[in-house]
This record gives sequence, C-alpha cells and structure tokens, in this order.
Amino acid sequence: MKLLEVAGLNKHFGGLAACTNVDFHVEQGEILGLIGPNGAGKTTIFNLISGALTPDSGAIAFKGRDIAGLKPHEITRMGIGRTFQSVKIFSKMSVFEHVLLGHHFGKAKPLKKKEAKEEAEGVLEFVELLKMKDSRAMDLILANQKRLEVARALATEPELLLLDEVMAGLNPTEVAQAMELAKRIRERGITILMIEHVMKAIMSICDRIIVLHHGEKIAEGVPENISKNKTVIEVYLGE
Amino acid sequence: MKSSMGKWFSPVILIVLLLLLVALPAYVPSEYTVILITNILMYVVLTLSWAIFSGPTGYISLAPAAFFGVGVYASAILSSDLPLPIVAPIGGAASFVLAYLVGSLTLRLRGMYFTMFTFGLVELVRNSLHWWEVNITGTVGRLIIAADNTTVFYAMVATFLAVLFASYLIRRSKFGLALRSIGESEEAAAHSGVNVNRVKVVMFAVSAFFMGATGATMSMRWTYIDPTLAFSIQYSFMPVLMAIFGGMGHLYAPVTGATIFSLLEEFLTTKFPYYYMLLFGLTMLVVILFMPYGLEGVIEKWRKKIKTGLRDGHETT
Repeated sequence: MKLLEVAGLNKHFGGLAACTNVDFHVEQGEILGLIGPNGAGKTTIFNLISGALTPDSGAIAFKGRDIAGLKPHEITRMGIGRTFQSVKIFSKMSVFEHVLLGHHFGKAKPLKKKEAKEEAEGVLEFVELLKMKDSRAMDLILANQKRLEVARALATEPELLLLDEVMAGLNPTEVAQAMELAKRIRERGITILMIEHVMKAIMSICDRIIVLHHGEKIAEGVPENISKNKTVIEVYLGE
Repeated sequence: MKSSMGKWFSPVILIVLLLLLVALPAYVPSEYTVILITNILMYVVLTLSWAIFSGPTGYISLAPAAFFGVGVYASAILSSDLPLPIVAPIGGAASFVLAYLVGSLTLRLRGMYFTMFTFGLVELVRNSLHWWEVNITGTVGRLIIAADNTTVFYAMVATFLAVLFASYLIRRSKFGLALRSIGESEEAAAHSGVNVNRVKVVMFAVSAFFMGATGATMSMRWTYIDPTLAFSIQYSFMPVLMAIFGGMGHLYAPVTGATIFSLLEEFLTTKFPYYYMLLFGLTMLVVILFMPYGLEGVIEKWRKKIKTGLRDGHETT
C-alpha cells in the first residue's frame, strides 16, 4: 500500500530549482532512503512534505488525502513526524517535557494529562533516554539530542517518520546504535523516509533508495542496484 | 524540581501576604500607604501579565500601555452607569479583543520588528483616540466617576489574585509548555503539533486582559483622563524593566521585581526629583551587567547553595 505519494513536485527559490518534477512514493512499512549530494533538494522535499514549505505545484498525498499546503501542526496531527538536519531541540526544557509536548499537541486525539505522562515515559524508554528524563536538552551529547528529536517526533504517534540526517556527526558506535533504533522503529509499524549521508548505514537498512541531484530524481531502486548505477556513481560519488 | 519544603512554603507565604493586604486599610492610618500599595499592586499586575506571554516566548512586547489605556477609556465610558466589578472585566475584554486582532496580524513578526510594532501600537491607539475625541466628541479629556481609595485598593488585590492564579494555571498547563517551546524554536514546536500562531495570539490576548482590567480599575482613582495620561508610555516600559529586574522563571520573581522596583521609583522620585531618571538608568545598568537573570538569579543561587550546603556540607557547582 502506498502510504505517501508525491507527484510532479516543484519548488523554486528565486532562480534556484530546489525540486523539479519529483515523483516517488513510500510503501507502508518500508524504510526509504533519500540520498544525493549537498544542495540536491533533499531537505526541501522534507520541508514540503511536513508543511514547512508550500509547493509551487504538484501533489502530495498521505493515505490518499492531499496534504500539500496544510500547516505543519495539521500534518503532524495527521501522522507525519519529523526531525531536523541541524538539531532543533528546546535547549532549556527537560527531556521529558519534549516528549510531553508531542503527546499533548501532536496526536489526532489529545490525551489526558496522566495518560500523556505515562506514554511519554514509554517513548523515552524506547529511545533509551528515560534515565535522563529530567536533564535539560542542552546538556545532552549530540547523539542523545538526535535521539531526543526522534523521541519528540515519535510522541506524536506518526505513521510516517521523516529522519533528516540523524546519523550525521555521530561516531561509528553511535551510528550503529542509530541504525538499530531505526530498525526498531520500523518494527513498531512506523514507516520511515530518511535522508542520510552515511552510506554504510543507508545501504544496509533501506529497502529502497531514491537519488536526487539538482532537484531532480535521477535514480530509484534497491540498494544493490543503486550502488552499481552509473549515473549515481558519476554525480554522487564524483567521478 | 520543587523540594518538599518549597511545596508548602510558598502557599503559606502567599496566604500570610494576602491576609496582611486585606487587613491593610484597617490598621494603616494614612491614605498615603494605601495609595502607595495600590500603585505597587498595579505594577505587579502589569508585570505578571506581561510575563505570561513575553516571559516564555521571548517576544518583547511594548504594548502594555495600549491595553492599559483601552481599559482606562472603557472605564471613562462606562463608570457612570456600571459598578467597578463589572467595568474592570469589560475593560479587560476590550483589551483582549484588541490584542487578539493586533496579535493575529503582527505575531508573525519576530524579534525587534515585533517590539517596534507594539511600541507603535501605543501611539496609534492614542492618536486615533485623540483624533476621535477632538473631531467627533468635541473634547479632549473626560471625567471619571471616581471610586474611593479603599475600593480601588481591594479591586487591585482581587486583580492581583486573578492574574497570579491565571499565571499559575497557565504555567502548569500544556499551554505553558507550548509557550516555552515556542520561545525555544517555533519551527520545532509547529512540527510537534503546536498550532503556534493560535497559542501565541490567545496568550497575548490573555495577558492583555489583565492589563485592561488594571487600567479600568486604576483610572477610578483619577477624576480626569485624556489620551496622553491614559496611554502614557511608562505603562509599557515599567513592566518590561520590572520583569528584567525581577526575573521571569518563577512566579515570585516578577512580583518581587515589580514591588522593589516601584518602591525604588517612589523613593527616588521623592528624594531626588531631578536625578531620579539618571539613578534609575544606573540601577538598570548594574542589574543587567551583574545580575543577568535578575533578582531571581541571585535568589536561586542562594537557594541552591543552602540546599547543597545542607545536603553534603560543601559546595558543588
């Protein structure tokens, strides 16, 4: 089943085409990777799907409903959660409060206060941050801040999770842990669309991969085929 | 976060304070003290209500004078027909509506732009009203049916209680959480499901409500008002300075800040009528330089020291 379907998506910033006629879809339950050189338009696509930007033209259908042009909070409540490339945590708020916010505001049906607290602890346990629940977000190390962003998004009970470079800047052990977390999220029945530069990670956990270059989709397929694709090797790996 | 001692400590202080306040007119012989305390309460309410919105979000609003003045005029129009307990909420409601409309238009502006706009708003409302009074009603000032000092005093105590209670509830509620998240990152708040614009506009309006109610109440001490008096820009600057002076993290901070600051103002204006603005400025400079978190920062440091000192006998910072 197609959870998300993007057709003919266009976005220009002045003379710069950040996204030109992009078509793709996300299958229910898969991990789909979005790769491409810097400036390829990957984050723009995330911003368009999550409502931070409005497309110039094109359709974005989530569970069959057109969501292009809806506000970010509406899209969040419909079931799309996201993280940010440069972490956007609430630095002076506690870890627990981050998750609580998502529980209170991000769900289709808001929870009662007590239920929200219990569920928030559940989410923190899932991403292994429960021990730090009273720490201020700014006091966490980068790997945990990225986990916190994932937790905040998970708290809104998404069906589709957009992960924007959750592994950038992490050491090899932390990358392995992040990969493990992504797999566990998928096991929960949450579909993942991820932007990533860490090739080893993307090749091993993604079911399919889409390659963008200068705002256009240049390839799509399973990891083995992508890694052998000539165009991809030329533009992406720089030969 | 709160210690078990803190849990009963603050309500006890509050109740003692309240009893003292309520009994005040009975045991204080001089009118002057009652008026002084009413004035302090006015600043406390303005500062507290300013801190409801601007504290957590960091949107520095210079609009309190506009909302205060709207309350004053509501009172000027209605006080001949209606009693104070009805006029004050109406004044508040009028300010709520104005803040809601203005907020819907301007809360997209960020930082300095928002501050400048709110500053301009005070002038805009004042000048429009002035124009209206001169050209339509054919007068500049208005007379207010005044209430006596004790009545105004009790009305201010009631407003103080209301704003304190409202601040407390908002801080504990999910909207308090949303306001803080907006102050940290509006983008992340929106993507966590917060309807950022709605929360900002409603909370801006709620804070304006109490400012309007204060204006309606305080104007009953004056017999004559005109736009320049009602929309005096000091009602905008004082709450901001007092909030910076006191701090905004805990509820007691703006209360303490406003109290000490208005006592200071009273002292300086009577003792040094020619230099008081200069001395005021110097005080603010010292506070900003050496107490970046205001009085609250200093108090919390002491509290931490005492706590850790009690726990393990030496400092750990």
